[in-house]
Amino acid sequence: MINCKVNGIPVQVAEGATILEASKKANVKIPTLCYNPDLAPWAACGICVAKIEGSNKMLRACCTPVAEGMNIITHDPDIVETRKTVIEMILSTHPDDCLACPRNQNCELQTLAQEFGIREQAFPKMLHDLPIDDTTGSIVLNPEKCVRCGRCVTVCQQMQNVWAIEFLGRGETIRIAPAADAKLGESPCIKCGQCSAHCPVGAIYENDQTKIVWDALRKTGEDAKTCVVQIAPAVRVALGEAFGLQPGTDLTGKIYTALKRLGFDVVFDTSFSADLTIMEEGTEFVKRLTSALQNGLGAATREKSMPLITSCCPAWVDYLEKYFPDMIPNFSTAKSPQQMMGAMIKTYWAEKANVRPDKIFSVSVMPCTAKKFETHRDETMYSSGYQDVDVSITTRELARMIKQAGIDLLNLPESEPDSPLGPYTGAGVIFGATGGVMEAALRTAYYLVTGNELKDVNFTAVRGISGIKEASVHVNGVELRVAIAHQMGNIEQVLNEVRKARDEGRDTPWHFIEVMACRGGCIGGGGQPYGATDEVRKLRIRGIYDHDEGKEYRCSHQNPYIKKVYNEFLEKPGSHKAHELLHTHYTERPLFLK
Amino acid sequence: MAYKNFILVCGGTGCESSRSDEIYRNLLAEAEAQGVKSDVQIVKTGCFGFCEKGPIVKVLPSESFYVEVKPEDAKEIIAEQVVKGREVKRLLYRKEQKTQDSAKVEDIEFYQKQFRIVLRNCGVINPENIEEYIARDGYRALERVLFEMTPEQVIAEIKASGLRGRGGAGFPTGIKWETARKAVSDVKYIVCNADEGDPGAYMDRSTIEGDPHSVLEAMIIAGKAIGANMGYVYIRAEYPLAIERLKTAIAQAKEMGLMGKNILNSGFDFDVEIRLGAGAFVCGEETALLKSIEGNRGMPVPKPPFPAEKGLWGKPTVINNVETLANVPVILTKGAAWFASMGTEKSKGTKVFALTGKINNSGLIEVPMGTTLREIIFDIGGGIKGGKKFKGVQTGGPSGGIIVEKDLDTPISYESLVALGSMMGSGGMIVMDEDDCVVDVSKFYMAFCVDESCGKCSPCRIGTKQMYNLLDKISKGNGEMKDLENLEKIGKAMTKASLCMLGGSAANPTLSTIRHFRDEYIEHIVDHKCRAGKCKDLVVYSIDAEKCIGCGLCARKCPVPCITGEKKKPHVIDASRCIKCGECFKACKFGAVVKS
Repeated sequence: MINCKVNGIPVQVAEGATILEASKKANVKIPTLCYNPDLAPWAACGICVAKIEGSNKMLRACCTPVAEGMNIITHDPDIVETRKTVIEMILSTHPDDCLACPRNQNCELQTLAQEFGIREQAFPKMLHDLPIDDTTGSIVLNPEKCVRCGRCVTVCQQMQNVWAIEFLGRGETIRIAPAADAKLGESPCIKCGQCSAHCPVGAIYENDQTKIVWDALRKTGEDAKTCVVQIAPAVRVALGEAFGLQPGTDLTGKIYTALKRLGFDVVFDTSFSADLTIMEEGTEFVKRLTSALQNGLGAATREKSMPLITSCCPAWVDYLEKYFPDMIPNFSTAKSPQQMMGAMIKTYWAEKANVRPDKIFSVSVMPCTAKKFETHRDETMYSSGYQDVDVSITTRELARMIKQAGIDLLNLPESEPDSPLGPYTGAGVIFGATGGVMEAALRTAYYLVTGNELKDVNFTAVRGISGIKEASVHVNGVELRVAIAHQMGNIEQVLNEVRKARDEGRDTPWHFIEVMACRGGCIGGGGQPYGATDEVRKLRIRGIYDHDEGKEYRCSHQNPYIKKVYNEFLEKPGSHKAHELLHTHYTERPLFLK
Repeated sequence: MAYKNFILVCGGTGCESSRSDEIYRNLLAEAEAQGVKSDVQIVKTGCFGFCEKGPIVKVLPSESFYVEVKPEDAKEIIAEQVVKGREVKRLLYRKEQKTQDSAKVEDIEFYQKQFRIVLRNCGVINPENIEEYIARDGYRALERVLFEMTPEQVIAEIKASGLRGRGGAGFPTGIKWETARKAVSDVKYIVCNADEGDPGAYMDRSTIEGDPHSVLEAMIIAGKAIGANMGYVYIRAEYPLAIERLKTAIAQAKEMGLMGKNILNSGFDFDVEIRLGAGAFVCGEETALLKSIEGNRGMPVPKPPFPAEKGLWGKPTVINNVETLANVPVILTKGAAWFASMGTEKSKGTKVFALTGKINNSGLIEVPMGTTLREIIFDIGGGIKGGKKFKGVQTGGPSGGIIVEKDLDTPISYESLVALGSMMGSGGMIVMDEDDCVVDVSKFYMAFCVDESCGKCSPCRIGTKQMYNLLDKISKGNGEMKDLENLEKIGKAMTKASLCMLGGSAANPTLSTIRHFRDEYIEHIVDHKCRAGKCKDLVVYSIDAEKCIGCGLCARKCPVPCITGEKKKPHVIDASRCIKCGECFKACKFGAVVKS
């Protein structure tokens, strides 16, 4: 431990702790802009400066390690004035259209300006007239608002290992864009939206599609459609943050009520189709495993039927098609819960409810920006004959809609989702957290292989926030080895080991791999309320698992409504009909179009 | 076979661009033609330093110092000096234009106060011949380091010498080496920073051009001292001659077993590779330089960790600049005590400066630390051109500040220059006279920083551009007093909050000129007047009708043209069309064109 003082207050910190961390311990807040706890300090903005007693030199608190006996000064007139001038400089390059900005009242620069009492433009404006890039349909890049803090670049390159965006140009003309000034839509971008979740200002944000939803909800007469909505597992434990609640607060019942009040005719829950995904993917896994047990794991590895890799995450699907096309055969063909729900709504439910599929407007509320892209990813997303999911909006967009509608979310009565695509099991809801798909799959795979129910459904080894997790489970005398990776930057290491084993003729180290593109899984998705840190993610994860604990059924195959849809419509998991509606395929894609 | 004469032709970039290569070839051809080929050895050397008078040719043993030599002079030099044993009087350097006293090197004031350690071989040896370097004790230090000293002893010797980084910051070299030695790692690196980028500076280029082996030898020594087996020279691609000579030197050193595997059978391996920089000024900053070698954008990263702990590809790396390294072999052959006997208390040894601007003897000089600026400018530099009044001297290039008359007697050291609001920098020294405008000069340096800012940190990226815009506004006569305050406000914040020293020092030229010449700034703002006449928008040319005789010369010189008038009658300038090029002012023999 290191002893130091912050403004005279003694503090003990761990070796390697920064001035910023030491100050936090002393309950002193040093203002920051480019710093984000998820990322290695990029040290660009120059706002977090502090001094060491006896020196007039200013050091960056975000990246300067504390030394034994250091007397840190965080606030003196010189420091505060310097910070203020730097903020004023940044404001001189930033448009003043806060009122029309997607980050209004949620902008870190705006907050700084407010805290520093800035009441006038200190310096002449120097704005850049740069075009908006909305070519992905998922996220929008507005370089005019960009403060060049570099967070998005660090996220995209270091955290996610995608390398879609880069700094271009130098000096005053530096800007953020894909390499060679390609458009985002032509770049390796996987639409995970982590850039937008980390952007401190309104420079990268989700493509706001609330207007399309409002229009559909408000249509009357001939044009009116039946509006059906589904909400993803991760939304329920994060939406509250947009209304001032603690992360992890479970608002499931209130959200159903709010959706109804917004005007949706039918409210379903994606957790139900997560159960459906488990049935399809679990069956697929058991089939592949059986074959591997017969013919040897080495052969299965060579033939790319083992390991099976999950495919619920559209950003991950995009990444694999671009960076690991040789592993496409390892990918589960099961669609994501969003798309399964979409297909079921416009086929099974439409028939049941006697509504023409072309008269259904299907909306999904997702923690994710890539889900917007997934709705039209390829032709299998139109398996009902129409676009299965018409619009996907993020948690942030839903929060805005609820506020626009004047709905007092926190005091709403709770309600239940509609049947039959509403009721779900605990297995369905844990899809929202890293390790959750794996755990849900194991719960059902055990049943499918052994025919017995598990005594304890909790596979705690696959839970938690560490980037790569491994576990092994004994099923009928077979040791199943599984790996879980979340945060895109962690996956390359795992897949390279599989590749290596395959190319060297060895057995794959794992039978089943779960991948989620965002840190913490969907609860840390790019469309969730701002301000996710590991602390926040852990609380959201706890909310998810608490929800699971409280469910009567905790394994997908136990869901009575799942049984019902197979009986009435889908026949059995992996049937011809299930394949038509609930499965997809993958194609190698170039990193850069053109 | 002994040569009777040796002719040394300067092969520095300056003299080369004044056709010294042609002089060299002509001398060779003439020696052949006049049948004295075996009597004379003609050598192309590195820079002599006296660039003002280049191309330089020096003949030994007579010590004849020829200046401003032209290729056609080769015939006469061979015929007189080699064949007849007489000096070519007309080419000899004279102290004063009027006197007939020719001067030997030791008589030339330009050289008198100089002391050459770094430039010891420049202008003396053929840089493309390793044997000439070896003949002057070259690689002797390496031999000692490999066979007579432990790495700890080498580091102790460098520490004892008091050698500090010559790239600008002045960090003690021995301590840097010690840190890297102590760092535990399988791989370590030595990097030579040859990314010299200050406008008007060419110390490092000349050192490599004139004596590449001194740098290479030092890199191998540093490698042995810290336990590195690989070195990189990061040099800007705009230095083709230096790169060429470096390549030749590396090849020769490898051929002689002085570089590569098992150097001199010592069991120590060391290789050097060249990495070309694309000319970004910020890549002279060590962390940006390393990023550039790694193939990334040249952008600084925060320190700590310092490169000596975690540098190139995360491995301990010593980065020393060219001049720092060139000192090393001499320190190890002559001893730390000898080196430390020169200079001031905290700044030891010598410093090389590129002396340019409004000075009589511009060129490359090396003086002991502690020499005063006055000695450099007025003794070595021979004072201000055309008898004009000295206004200030800019040290440290775009990162430094202006130093004025009253501070000229300050002995030069790292600390003293910082105390004057400037800095040592890498050694550029630009002298300004009364015709230089401080607003114009500040704007020039700020334009440079705007271009060279990498754009990473907001204080530098925005601050340089804001300050440039304000300076531009003032220079155009649109300034307000508030702009002066803003210049100081932004400058101060930029200095304190920038990530690297590019931004940390970019405001220095502006802030120091505001400090010393505030009245001139105010003159620009309030009176819309530029006393030096440099800020074109503030200058008005007119013709004094009483003095004008109507010769029409000004009208003929005017490129617009905007001067009209009948023959032998006073002419008139149409101010609305005048582009303020000043041609009429220069042309008028009667002082009738008035600049105001």
